[in-house]
Amino acid sequence: MEVTRTRVDDLRVRQLRAQQMLRGELAGKDLDEYVEERLLFTTIETAQNWARKNAIFPLGFGLACCAIEMITVIGSPRNDLARFGAEAIRFTPRQADLLILSGRVSIKMAPVIRRLYDQMLEPKWVIAMGACSSSAGMFNNYAVVQGADKFLPVDVYVPGCPPRPEALIYGIMKLQDKIMGSQDMGWRERYGAVGTEETVA
Amino acid sequence: MPDATGLELIAQRVREAVGEEAVTGTSFHREQATVQVAPERVHDVLAHLREADEPWEHLMSVHGCDYLPEEPRLAVHYQLLSMERCDRLNVKTRLGAEDPHVPTVVDLFPTADFQEREVYDMFGIVFDGHPDMRRILMPEDYSGFPQRRDFPMGGEPVLYTFNEGKYPRWYE
Amino acid sequence: MSEPPSVTDPLSVPYRERERSVTMEPLGESHEELLTINIGPHHPATHGVLRLLTTLEGEVVRDIKPIVGYVHTGIEKSCEDQQYWKVITFVERMDYLAYYYNALAFCMAVEKLLGLEVPPRAQYLRVAHLELNRIASHLFALATGALDIGAITMLWWGCRDRDLVLDLFEMSSGQRMHTRYFQVGGVMEDIPPGWEEKVRGFLELMPTRIDQYESLLDRNEIWLQRLKNTGVVSTERCLELGVTGPLLRASGHPWDLRKAMPYCSYDHFDFDVPVGTVGDNFDRYKVRLDEMRQSLRIVEQALDGLPEGPWITDDRKVALPPRHELATSMEALIHHFKLVTEGFRVPPGEAYAAIESPRGELGCFVVADGSAKPARVHMRDPSFVNLQALPDMARDSLIADFIACVAMLDPILGGVDR
Repeated sequence: MEVTRTRVDDLRVRQLRAQQMLRGELAGKDLDEYVEERLLFTTIETAQNWARKNAIFPLGFGLACCAIEMITVIGSPRNDLARFGAEAIRFTPRQADLLILSGRVSIKMAPVIRRLYDQMLEPKWVIAMGACSSSAGMFNNYAVVQGADKFLPVDVYVPGCPPRPEALIYGIMKLQDKIMGSQDMGWRERYGAVGTEETVA
Repeated sequence: MPDATGLELIAQRVREAVGEEAVTGTSFHREQATVQVAPERVHDVLAHLREADEPWEHLMSVHGCDYLPEEPRLAVHYQLLSMERCDRLNVKTRLGAEDPHVPTVVDLFPTADFQEREVYDMFGIVFDGHPDMRRILMPEDYSGFPQRRDFPMGGEPVLYTFNEGKYPRWYE
Repeated sequence: MSEPPSVTDPLSVPYRERERSVTMEPLGESHEELLTINIGPHHPATHGVLRLLTTLEGEVVRDIKPIVGYVHTGIEKSCEDQQYWKVITFVERMDYLAYYYNALAFCMAVEKLLGLEVPPRAQYLRVAHLELNRIASHLFALATGALDIGAITMLWWGCRDRDLVLDLFEMSSGQRMHTRYFQVGGVMEDIPPGWEEKVRGFLELMPTRIDQYESLLDRNEIWLQRLKNTGVVSTERCLELGVTGPLLRASGHPWDLRKAMPYCSYDHFDFDVPVGTVGDNFDRYKVRLDEMRQSLRIVEQALDGLPEGPWITDDRKVALPPRHELATSMEALIHHFKLVTEGFRVPPGEAYAAIESPRGELGCFVVADGSAKPARVHMRDPSFVNLQALPDMARDSLIADFIACVAMLDPILGGVDR
């Protein structure tokens, strides 16, 4: 949401006006102006999405090489995922809403990941980080699931082997756009699964 | 590394201690000494080498291997190490693909536990007497031994423009 | 006689003695209740997707069964389908914190089969990169290990300084991880101008950083209580289990392949092998910290003594010809074409090459059948073998100590499962 200020006031002036407002000294046109300056009109969905987008809780779940870069994104002061509101790692899927598949998904691991995904509460998102979880990358063999989207819906694919931290951050920004933006970018529309949302009535 | 002469001496001492039929051959290639032994005598040979006058007291690695066109097909390699003499010796045994059995060496070298399980998992070589002979890397209900050379590579065919007609409705 | 702990000053008593109700002895007939708990494969303290079947009696761990294979990738099978020079890319993905080591073990095995001589400059460049990689790997082990114990500052610091090493890798090879810098016969290309100054800057900075870690952790009461005298394994048991690397050295056995069986011109360098005395978790941490210091010494010597000359063998059957020759020499063009399309052929044979990776002896076993693809590539990964020591480390200790044991064992699950 873009907030543009049409009037650039002196800080002191604004403080005084706020004081007057609290004392109930503002009235009429002044009061209308004061309120207009401070109000934003939006839909409840947009406000909700805005809050969701800026408070993503990733699941602390590392698979292979990409997990190292994922930890670098979270742990390294250079990248600092807190800028995007996604630094609060949750180690239980019940509290998380973003699953970052960081690494190769073997056939032994796939049921576990599906179960973790099922345990997460809606709304939930999945980022396939790296070539392996997006498409099995170079491991075209008996042991690796050929792309994590074979068994769960994936929202954002981040290419690279492993992706640079900046690439993962860009992927998270893309996800934020998606949460904020049109819902028809979502996997439910692509997979024809509209109406399967698990919501509490 | 023992040189070619040293290798023959080792093989001779093994023959004297364990039996003439235990050692089926030696090879010296690229500075690496290999004693080839009969599969049923692996345990005896390794026990002798561990306690020999010049002992090979550590087992560093167990490799499974599949030489497909050759017979016998499968092989198990034991990489022995002597930390005192800073020396390595490879003990190798060849066995056929039909119901392969090798005596375990876990009682001599506890480190062989996981490694023998891996060889079983990948090549189907059963180590008799192993305390816990199960699959280790693949799921327990997996069938087949994936790293044998006649096991298919698996995966999916890679799509190019020349073969996209072969895989109908791949775009879904 | 020991006085009962005074209530007014609880901090003067070690927390193990404060918890009188927790005893390390079996509780006897009446309390023989064992509890089996599944830890993992998704658990924050298992460093990846390790699954541990833990048998507890109260709060005391009685047995642990590691269950591995959750990132089994079939790399060894994939390698059989690739040309030798493409296999390097695959083996690097095994132990994903020590990628240079995986590549070197494979390259050394193939060089052994080819009977190839590596030029001295390439060997020195390899040593410099290997030791930088060792620092990065130990830093990450320390960072995540300290995180498991609760020292989150160490995670920020470790990642911060690991990024400095990765910048150096990026400068010399273009990738942060999985650089594929080592080739059969040498290294991919010469170091770029300016790399040396950057490394020297790092060498100047890093000792003070290691001092910072030491001052953060070494006198930290929680750190000491969690690590001192926990997870003790004797030297004999370590050797029986085939444990190598910092774990073996922490128990007092100075076995280091760089000294014992020098490869890659390690005998040209002057460095010490740090060893511990007790073999507990604290010794493991100290050995890792001191190894970083020794690695810095080696890198400095490698830069000082960097010989001039080619950085890859001039055997055109194995190494690509330099770019400028392609325009003038028909022969070079043919070699280039042959190498890129078919790869080089390796005469039949078997070779086992072992090197000292940050976690212990990393061996690569290659069987060649005369074609351009290997018949078998098998890695003896130190994490896989060292993991067998976990039950011995954690048996009859508190469950919190067992978390510290996993942290200081430092298994890399990509290397365990391959």
